[in-house]
Amino acid sequence: MSHVAVFRATFQRELKLLARQKADWVNPLLFFIIILTLFPLGVGAKPNLLREIAPGVIWIAALLSVLLGAERQFRQDYRDGVLEQLVAARSPLLGYSLAKIAAGWLGSGLPLILVSPLLALFLGLSTEALTAVVLTLLLGTPLLSLLSALGAALTLSADKGGILLALIILPLYIPLLIFASAAVEQASFGLNYQAQLAVLAAMLCVALALVPLAVQKALKLNVG
Amino acid sequence: MLLSARQLSCIRQDRVLFEQLDLQLHAGEVLQIAGKNGAGKSSLLRILAGLAEPEDGEIFYQQQALSQSADDYADNLCFIGHLAGVQPQLTALENLQFWRACFGLKPADDWALLATLGLAGLEDIPCQQLSAGQQRRVSLARLWLTSAQVWILDEPFTALDQSAIAALTRRIASHCDAGGAVLLTSHQPVQVPGHSVRELTLEYRW
Repeated sequence: MSHVAVFRATFQRELKLLARQKADWVNPLLFFIIILTLFPLGVGAKPNLLREIAPGVIWIAALLSVLLGAERQFRQDYRDGVLEQLVAARSPLLGYSLAKIAAGWLGSGLPLILVSPLLALFLGLSTEALTAVVLTLLLGTPLLSLLSALGAALTLSADKGGILLALIILPLYIPLLIFASAAVEQASFGLNYQAQLAVLAAMLCVALALVPLAVQKALKLNVG
Repeated sequence: MLLSARQLSCIRQDRVLFEQLDLQLHAGEVLQIAGKNGAGKSSLLRILAGLAEPEDGEIFYQQQALSQSADDYADNLCFIGHLAGVQPQLTALENLQFWRACFGLKPADDWALLATLGLAGLEDIPCQQLSAGQQRRVSLARLWLTSAQVWILDEPFTALDQSAIAALTRRIASHCDAGGAVLLTSHQPVQVPGHSVRELTLEYRW
């Protein structure tokens, strides 16, 4: 019952579930695409304005689409009694939580990164800004997944935890939003944005070290 | 004595479910917790499985307080609650595979095991397409793979047909022969071949 064995088993299981429940990763992706394609239509033929607001729009869309699937992350295992049995057996929940977070990112973060270059074109972003979008998403979406897992674990036993979850994690998203959209903005002016990327990387490292522990504890609390 | 509890009490929603409850479970013994709906059977099992804290009282595993022997106890415990713990989108085989990694189950021929449980031909369809009784059988398959000594089973017979109940009681008997102990709840009288079943009744209290 090592952490690694549990991580591997849970990760494989989550990949199978992603393959079987396509709505879990298609819905957030569609949501992201819809927001970003509607913006040019809503704002109208003002390419300069669009270019100006693009960094914020892309990041808000990414944030909301990750939030969309967040609540479901541990819900099913909680309802089916899987978590209960894991806690009773004192299985290493750290491996389980990490695998859940990693698979959650594959389902809700990675697709956004893959389609973002295409969508950045709708908003008239330059190549430099586009690179910045992809880089900030690469650093930022894992952080989004970590934080949303924390929110999901904390609100697990709340019956309608959706709003509570948003209230808990949106404030944690705000620094990420500020630094990520600042990086894209700097890039679109042709300026250096390494400082913002460094801050994002630092936030990711801190979250990666601390959040799985907190998730594990929150799961235990909610099941017990 | 494998498991014992002293002076346990449990309060849920301002209602005392039980208080000063003493309980002993010896090796080779089957203990059935009986009582009306809402009498606190499941709460008692959750407390004994270490999932919930009692309001008062202490639990001992092999004469050692649970606070000191929690890891040891967890390694020797197989808890199946009234929730089956079966992931409905996964097949029976995939569920078993996941449990094996998480609960340290014995390596075995899963196909043969599922066949003995009457699930031949259903091994690789998602469990949500199985009937309630068949899902229960998948969840109980863990009992054939575990090496835990103490089994805590909440309503294991629910939704099972006669042949599955017979198979389960035979498995419980062989577990007790091997020095294990079983704590279960059931609303029906439980007969385990070759073993007497001790009964503990929880009174419904206002």
